Amino acid sequence: MTANTPERALPPVTGLAMASLALIIIGGIYLAAHLPQQVPLMPAVVLLAASALLLAVNLALLARAQGFAWRRFFAVGRWALLAYLVTAGLIEFAFLRDGMHGGILVVLTLSIIVYAIHVPVLIAFTVARYE
Amino acid sequence: MPIPGTHAEGRPAAPRAPRDFQIVPLMGLPIVAVIFAGLVAAIIANRLWPLMFLHVVFGAAWTIIDLFLGFVIGPIMKRLPVPARIELTTRLMPRTVIIMPTVVTVTLAAGWQLGTLMGTVNSSYYNHGWIVASYIVVGCMAVIALGLLSPANIAVLFELRKPEPNPAVIQSLMKRFIYAAGFTGTLQLATLVIMTKIRVG
Repeated sequence: MTANTPERALPPVTGLAMASLALIIIGGIYLAAHLPQQVPLMPAVVLLAASALLLAVNLALLARAQGFAWRRFFAVGRWALLAYLVTAGLIEFAFLRDGMHGGILVVLTLSIIVYAIHVPVLIAFTVARYE
Repeated sequence: MPIPGTHAEGRPAAPRAPRDFQIVPLMGLPIVAVIFAGLVAAIIANRLWPLMFLHVVFGAAWTIIDLFLGFVIGPIMKRLPVPARIELTTRLMPRTVIIMPTVVTVTLAAGWQLGTLMGTVNSSYYNHGWIVASYIVVGCMAVIALGLLSPANIAVLFELRKPEPNPAVIQSLMKRFIYAAGFTGTLQLATLVIMTKIRVG
C-alpha cells in the first residue's frame, strides 16, 4: 500500500477471518464426507471452537483499534449481516429438510452462525478501514 | 495518471459531486427474493427436475461468471486507462454484489439437496472421492470469495462514491479483486473436471 492511502495500523482482521472460515469449512467437509455414517464429532468440534476463538479474537482486536470508523463499520455491517443471515438461513433450511439432527446439526448450525457473523464483520471492516 | 475527481499526491483535485450509483442495486432484490422462494419451493418439493435445474443453471452461471471475470474482464481491466476502469467498475461491480451471493447460495443449497435425493453425498457412492474433491474445491473458492472478493468488491464501490476517491485505495482493492477472481476462475476449471467426471461415472 502506498503512502497516500489512509491505511492505519489495524489488526489482521482479513487474515484471521479467512483462517476462521477455512476452519469451519474443513470441519464441514469432514462431516459431509462421512455421511450418512456416524463419525467422531471431536475433530469438527475442535475446528469449530478454533474458528469461534478466531472470531472472538478478531472482534476483541478490532474493538481496541484507535480511530477506527465505527459509524461506517456498523452502517455496512448491519446490512451485510442481514444479507448473510438470509443465505445462512437457506443453508440451515436445507440441512433441516434433509432430516439432519443431533450433534452433526448442532456443529453445522454453530458453524453457519460463525460464518454469518464473520463475513459481515470482514466486509464492514474492509469498507471502514479506508474511511 | 490521476483519476478525475481524486486527490493526487500534492495536487488536490477540484471537489466534485460524489458518483451517483447504488452499491446494491435495489431493483435486483425482488428478483433475488423470487429466486430464493423458488429454491425453498424446490427443496420442499424434493423432486429431481427442479433441483437439477437450479443446480445446473446456477452452477453453470457461477462457473461462467468466475471464468469470465477472472480470464476476460480481469486482464482487460488491468490494461484500461484508470478513468475507463472506474466507469466499468461502477457499472459492473454493483451487479456482482447481488448476483454472486445469489448464484452461489442457490447452487450449493440445491446441489446439497440434489445429492441427498440421488444419494451421491453418501460415502457409499462409488464416485465418493470425486464428490469430496468437489467439496474441497468449493471450500477453497468460498474462503477466497468470502474473505477477499466480496469485501474488496463492496469496499471499492464505497471508495468510488466518495467526492474524492483515493486512487491508491481503488487500485489496491481492484488488484485484490482481479487476482482473487483469477484464482477462483482457475478453481472453476477443477469444478468442470470434477462435475463431468461425476456425470460420466
